[in-house]
Amino acid sequence: MADAYIYDAVRTPRGKGKPDGALHEITPVQLAAQVLEAVRDRNDLDTENVDDVILGCVMPVGEQGANIARTAVLQADYAQTTAGVHVNRFCASALEATNMAAAKVMSGEADMAIGGGVESMSRVPMGSDGGAMVSDPAVAIKNYIVPQGISADIIATKYGISRDDADAYAVESQKRAAKAWEEGRFKGSIVPVKDVLGLPVLDHDETVRPDTDMQKLGSLNPSFAMLGEMPGFDYVAIQKYPELEKINHVHHAGNSSGIVDGAAAILVGSKEIGEKLGLKPRAKIRAMASVGSEPTIMLTGPEFVTQKLLKRAGMDKKDIDLWELNEAFASVVLRYMQAMDLDHSEINVNGGAIAMGHPMGATGAMILSTALDELERSGKETALVTLCIGGGMGTATVIERV
Amino acid sequence: MSYETIKFDVDSDGIALITIDLPDQSMNVWNAQLIEDFEKAVDEVLSNDDIKGAVIASGKESGFMAGADLRMLGDSSENPSVQEVYEGATRLNKLFRKMETGGKASKDLSKGAYTKPFAAAINGLALGGGLEVCLASHYRVASDSPKVQIGLPEVLVGLLPGAGGTQRVPRLAGIQNAMQMCTTGSSMKAEQAKSQNLIHDIVPHDDLVAKAKEWVKANPKVRQPWDEAKFKFPGGQGAMDPRVVPIFAGSAAMAQKQTFHNMPQVDKILSCIYEGSIVPIDVALRIESKYFTSLLLSDQTQNMIRTLFINKQAAEKGMARPKSVDPVKLTKVGVLGAGMMGAGIAYVTARSGMEVVLLDRDVDAAEKGKDYSRKLNDKGISKGKLTKGKSEEMLARIKTTADYDDLKDVDLIIEAVFEDPKVKADVIRKTEAVIGKDVVFASNTSTIPITSLAKNSERPDQFIGIHFFSPVDKMPLVEIIPGDASGDLPLAAALDYVKAIKKTPIVVSDTRGFYCNSVVVPYLNEAARMVKEGINPALIDNCARNLGMPVGPLALMDETSQELGYKIMMSAREEMGDAYQPTGVDDLLEKFVVELGRKGRKSGGGFYEYPEDGGKKYIWPGLKDHFPLADNQPSAEEVEERLLFIQLAAVAKCYSDDVVHDPQSADLGAIFGWGFAPWTGGPMSYIDTIGVEDYVRRADALAQQHGERYAPPASFRKKAEEGGKFYAAA
Repeated sequence: MADAYIYDAVRTPRGKGKPDGALHEITPVQLAAQVLEAVRDRNDLDTENVDDVILGCVMPVGEQGANIARTAVLQADYAQTTAGVHVNRFCASALEATNMAAAKVMSGEADMAIGGGVESMSRVPMGSDGGAMVSDPAVAIKNYIVPQGISADIIATKYGISRDDADAYAVESQKRAAKAWEEGRFKGSIVPVKDVLGLPVLDHDETVRPDTDMQKLGSLNPSFAMLGEMPGFDYVAIQKYPELEKINHVHHAGNSSGIVDGAAAILVGSKEIGEKLGLKPRAKIRAMASVGSEPTIMLTGPEFVTQKLLKRAGMDKKDIDLWELNEAFASVVLRYMQAMDLDHSEINVNGGAIAMGHPMGATGAMILSTALDELERSGKETALVTLCIGGGMGTATVIERV
Repeated sequence: MSYETIKFDVDSDGIALITIDLPDQSMNVWNAQLIEDFEKAVDEVLSNDDIKGAVIASGKESGFMAGADLRMLGDSSENPSVQEVYEGATRLNKLFRKMETGGKASKDLSKGAYTKPFAAAINGLALGGGLEVCLASHYRVASDSPKVQIGLPEVLVGLLPGAGGTQRVPRLAGIQNAMQMCTTGSSMKAEQAKSQNLIHDIVPHDDLVAKAKEWVKANPKVRQPWDEAKFKFPGGQGAMDPRVVPIFAGSAAMAQKQTFHNMPQVDKILSCIYEGSIVPIDVALRIESKYFTSLLLSDQTQNMIRTLFINKQAAEKGMARPKSVDPVKLTKVGVLGAGMMGAGIAYVTARSGMEVVLLDRDVDAAEKGKDYSRKLNDKGISKGKLTKGKSEEMLARIKTTADYDDLKDVDLIIEAVFEDPKVKADVIRKTEAVIGKDVVFASNTSTIPITSLAKNSERPDQFIGIHFFSPVDKMPLVEIIPGDASGDLPLAAALDYVKAIKKTPIVVSDTRGFYCNSVVVPYLNEAARMVKEGINPALIDNCARNLGMPVGPLALMDETSQELGYKIMMSAREEMGDAYQPTGVDDLLEKFVVELGRKGRKSGGGFYEYPEDGGKKYIWPGLKDHFPLADNQPSAEEVEERLLFIQLAAVAKCYSDDVVHDPQSADLGAIFGWGFAPWTGGPMSYIDTIGVEDYVRRADALAQQHGERYAPPASFRKKAEEGGKFYAAA
């Protein structure tokens, strides 16, 4: 089987996912097309060599519907022969898309493919697609489905993560993100977003708040306490986890991932195509895995997918130099650190979604590019990138520098 | 055309009046004969060109129709195939659909075809299938009588509204109202039904049929709103409308909060509403019939119907009543003792229209007991459930006194004085000196054997136990305990009285704790023992809730109080001497009561702390210092099994020892006495359903692991070997 290499990784800055966000005027198709254009232009790529574009998108309805990957390929003026497919693995969609691109290369189906994702959360809000998982009573009741925020609070309660723990983590995430921007650590990947006139509208992550401190976070009310009481998701949670007397609601807007707009793309190809096109590989995709986990607590998948991936790849925890886990909620990362026995200094070293936001369909590729940039900057070799996923899943990828 | 259950008349305007009037029944219900007659009547209306439309009315003063005859559904003796049950379940849906479409295709109706009008004249309660025939009518008019009640109570017996209720209600009242109505089973008054678009108009009672006919005459060409091309659900376009998604997401959580995953009929009602709102009505009705069928086919539903409906009604109608005794006149009841129990007994008695003589040591004490009724009435008035006038009438029926002479013309005595044999003996003597010769004396004792109390009576054959549960006004069960000398009269009188106060009686043997307390005490003790074992208390109580118990056993023990448990233990110890068998939690009770001063919720707290500001109770943080958590916690399944099987073991023992005489009473007593998981239909139904052999096997395994108290009695072992079920034998 062929090896799959990453030749480039780009992302847009993340704009606040509200009508007053900088990217609200940019359509999701434009966001996706701009990262595809950047991949092409940065590498002087003849796009006839790109067999397929796989884009994650979690709300694939309305203007994000009807296969936004093919739509963006057409709008980015790629070769007509470049196909496009949309995938939805909820929050890990873009990492899954990248893994699929790699799999296509490894299997010989494609010489070169792009994985990535897009989400304009300001324009196609969460919940726009309905979905049986939350709304069909037969599904929701059978599986004790609760909103993700409740799941994050179950994790906090079950694993003894306090509000202070979560807030302290969030403060540090903001600090790291601010420092990373200050030092230009994302420079290599960022593609400023332009409007229809070609003028720049955003060149930095819009939601970073370097002045965040414990006191400011302490004034925020928990986001999910009300839902827990009425309609009563706490009761559902306790029926599934009867060892818990009650659910501690520790999460709020300041220690959960932000709602943002953005897109990202990873160029993946075989060794041969890189040589043929004169491209220098930046990293090899060493291993990939996905796993299902208990759906009510929902967000503990990263621990299990990591174990599965390491085992399948014949690797050990100490083979990983750098860890990147999407900061969906503070408790998700804190529990992962507990389970994997990691120090905060080893994981999410440049901050994450609590500071910079989580454009659901694109985040997987964004944090992959962050990890790749960091490996290059720090001279480390191997990084593991993973995300927790709705419905109880985990997806992970290990890359190593070449 | 001849009918047995309806009258069919056509007036000079060509409007048919279909009057439903089941012979020899006080209330109309759907049964096989009515379905057949109604089919014929609908066909006649549709096929006879001289008939312009029809009004459906009731021939009963008692109301329109109470639903379906559940005995028809509960009886599945012949083992029909799934397909056969489904065909049966679709019958009413097909009939009502034919009535509303005139047999025309929905497609044609949506393009402008029409049919003859049917109007329903709702003169009183219209519940379940009785309401569903109205909803399929093109027009619904209700009388202004306060007796009008609109509701779909099927959920309460493990079913769903299976004759279009889950489809027509959301199409008329909106999805959220439909969820509320179908999943709670609570009924509403005409005004509310009108505001929810479920009925069109409310008219004077005497004009009801005339108004319905008027509408039929004025609207000769009709079709239902959901057969219109541009039909929309009120408040949103069905389940795929983004505005409706949060309603469904929330409904699933609310359902689980209420049912703890134990009531599949609630889940299926929501599925009917969800799935049915995505498709046209004909498909939707098919979906409803399929979910309805799946419930009919489940043991759980059959068990619930059998216990919660058929056997409950049979018990209330006096299943155990000696037929030789004429109905006992009960216009005036003497209640002795105005403490908590006596006050409650006086309340439920007066509420049911009887006069009460409430006697205590002095009038002040008796008045204090009467205050209980005043308080409850005031609450009822503030909630709009009772008028001031009615309250005053009711209170006037309670005469407080300290004078035994006031008992001279009562028809029944219920004694609820202090639980002391000497005090009771004195009261019995004083009372029997004044009451009439045939008057039955009933004691509400919970701890003293009736036979030994009856020894103080000069007419022990007229002596009996009537054991209420606290709080009397809320608890639906009453245990009736004949003593060795009790004759037929006191049993008949007790059952007549329980019927009059609308509670559910079971007849049990005169043993320590009777039936219910003989199970509850070991159950609570087992939970306390689990605390001693170091099992997480939250896990214990949450598992009991998951099992379907209304409260966790630790919380319940706080309510009944550790102090009471301690007293029962001490008195048993004293009474039984060397024969006393320790409960395993004697030391825990002593610790709580004597050492920690945690005597119960009302006195120092118990397993839980109860914040003074009325905030949510939480587990007493000090508990783990006295009973440290074990490192290895059992799984939820293990805890649930223990909590269930310790109750089954106690029930099995009572049944085996003939403390409770039949599986029906054992099941009714369990569900209505101590809240045993209603979804099972009761412990005996549960054992029958899992199989006696499986019960014995699991009980033996638990006995081996946790102690002999889980072991099944010999008679159950024998039954397991012989095969068969307890209910089949009964």
